[in-house]
Amino acid sequence: MDKRISLLVDGEERTLTVDTRTTLLDSLRDRLGVTSPKKGCDHGQCGACTVLLGGRRVNSCLVLAVAHDGAEVVTAAGLGGGGGELHPVQEAFLARDALQCGFCTPGQVCSAVGMLQEAATGQPSHVTADPGRAVELDDAEIRERMSGNLCRCGAYVNIVAAIRDAADPGRTSGTASAGARP
Amino acid sequence: MRPFDYQQAPDATAAVATVARRPGAMFLGGGTNLVDLMKLGVATPELLVDVSRLPLDTVAELPDGRVRIGAAVPNSDLAAHPLILQRYPVLSQALLSGASGQLRNLATTGGNLLQRTRCPYFQDASLPCNKREPGSGCPARGGYSRNHAILGASDSCVAVHPSDMAVALAALDATVVILGPGGERTLPLTELHRLPGAEPERDTVLAHGELVTAVDLPPGSHRRSAYRKVRDRASFAFALVSVAAVVELADDGGTIAGVRIALGGVAHKPWRAERAEELLRGAQPTETNFGRAAAAELDAAVALAGNAFKIPLAANAMVAVLRDLTGRGGNG
Ligand SMILES: Cc1cc2nc3c(=O)[nH]c(=O)nc-3n(C[C@H](O)[C@H](O)[C@H](O)COP(=O)(O)OP(=O)(O)OC[C@H]3O[C@@H](n4cnc5c(N)ncnc54)[C@H](O)[C@@H]3O)c2cc1C
Ligand code: FES
Ligand code: FES
Repeated sequence: MDKRISLLVDGEERTLTVDTRTTLLDSLRDRLGVTSPKKGCDHGQCGACTVLLGGRRVNSCLVLAVAHDGAEVVTAAGLGGGGGELHPVQEAFLARDALQCGFCTPGQVCSAVGMLQEAATGQPSHVTADPGRAVELDDAEIRERMSGNLCRCGAYVNIVAAIRDAADPGRTSGTASAGARP
Repeated sequence: MRPFDYQQAPDATAAVATVARRPGAMFLGGGTNLVDLMKLGVATPELLVDVSRLPLDTVAELPDGRVRIGAAVPNSDLAAHPLILQRYPVLSQALLSGASGQLRNLATTGGNLLQRTRCPYFQDASLPCNKREPGSGCPARGGYSRNHAILGASDSCVAVHPSDMAVALAALDATVVILGPGGERTLPLTELHRLPGAEPERDTVLAHGELVTAVDLPPGSHRRSAYRKVRDRASFAFALVSVAAVVELADDGGTIAGVRIALGGVAHKPWRAERAEELLRGAQPTETNFGRAAAAELDAAVALAGNAFKIPLAANAMVAVLRDLTGRGGNG
């Protein structure tokens, strides 16, 4: 069954007709040619498809496009706001070499951007000792909050380091320098 | 995936009316379980009625001191809500131990309660499963049974309910508000889900078309409460066993005035540990008493080939939670 919807994708108004079965991920990749979100598992288990939907990180493979007519979607390609600029999280991933094959990376960076906002608004995580207080993003917090993003190359050490840098740009060398480039 | 139509319900009454009169219609929350099951061919709705945008998206204190959680509140918002953090920490902990940040942003209170089992045979439409295809058999018995039930299972089904949130709600004595074609009714959360018996295809007592509109938490502060989840990896995994407990100590601290315990990962529903509670009420908070209560609760447990480890694991997890909550557990 076809429905006509419009989406604001990476700042651009896009209108399309979708079969109700189409996920947001497939709409972006196959219908709109926005291929930065990746399809790893298609079942919510890997995080490669993570985008910001209405400003919140979600798995676009489990979202029906038809249920989000009019929504704002930001993918890794749009995080920097256009004009080839990179988001600070993306800069940090580059600086820390936080990837190998890069397949999980668009999902990782979108997830990290969403996660940093969640932490900034005080949302606790499973490892937060004192929920309700301001969140301090140490490595345990970053790992827990990013556990929905798998990396088959195992680039986790540098991913955590990159996010630590992005969370607190003043603390680049930090406590754990395991992730620093040689 | 089978073709289906999609509608956004203008209000809860209309959503109920639409689904109730169409046998092939289903409610859609965040879709994190339903869309997955539709991809797998396990769920084949003809019509999805989206209830995630209904104005059931608030957490608020009622005049009598109860706290009402709307069915459309995202799991992430609920876990971070000040009322929940202050008064019902066990609920926030349970939510935050479940799924991932991305999934919790989509998942709703109603959908979380109504999510289906993660039994691999249920999720594989090419295999028999009494829950999916009544009468077809249960390959989990004698098959892969590591994640399956040790309490309250039946010959026809050994599946467990996967929700962490529901286990905390069971320990909190929450109430579910349900809207049906004939009006509203309420149920204790512990009576929403059912044991499989001979009808494992029915997870809950809800009739087709009944909508969960809210979950109510009892008044007062339940600060001495906690959720402990044991799983195969430190994060983003379903529970092998989990324990939610709410404890009240007598004023002198020497005895347990009130205690409510629920277990997850062990049964077809959140398992209220009533035998353990009974033994602990009025007792001293000692390691011996905790162990005795846990053993009594698990006395009826029956292991399958792959999950015998769950029995001592559940007992130990219960003792550990009670010890943490009472700051006790010395000898005695
Ligand atoms: C990879 C992965 C890991 C996960 N890990 C965990 C975990 O560790 N712990 C855990 O607890 N959960 C876990 N989950 C499950 C997750 O919590 C559920 O998928 C989610 O809570 C379902 O909510 P939803 O709003 O997306 O429901 P939906 O998928 O929209 O709906 C689920 C069911 O509920 C029905 N429904 C929805 N709303 C209502 C309502 N208001 N009234 C009546 N019926 C309704 C639907 O018809 C459907 O049958 C995981 C899921 C995934 C994909
Ligand atoms: S592709 Fe969406 S989570 Fe794996
Ligand atoms: S860099 Fe290859 S999967 Fe993460």
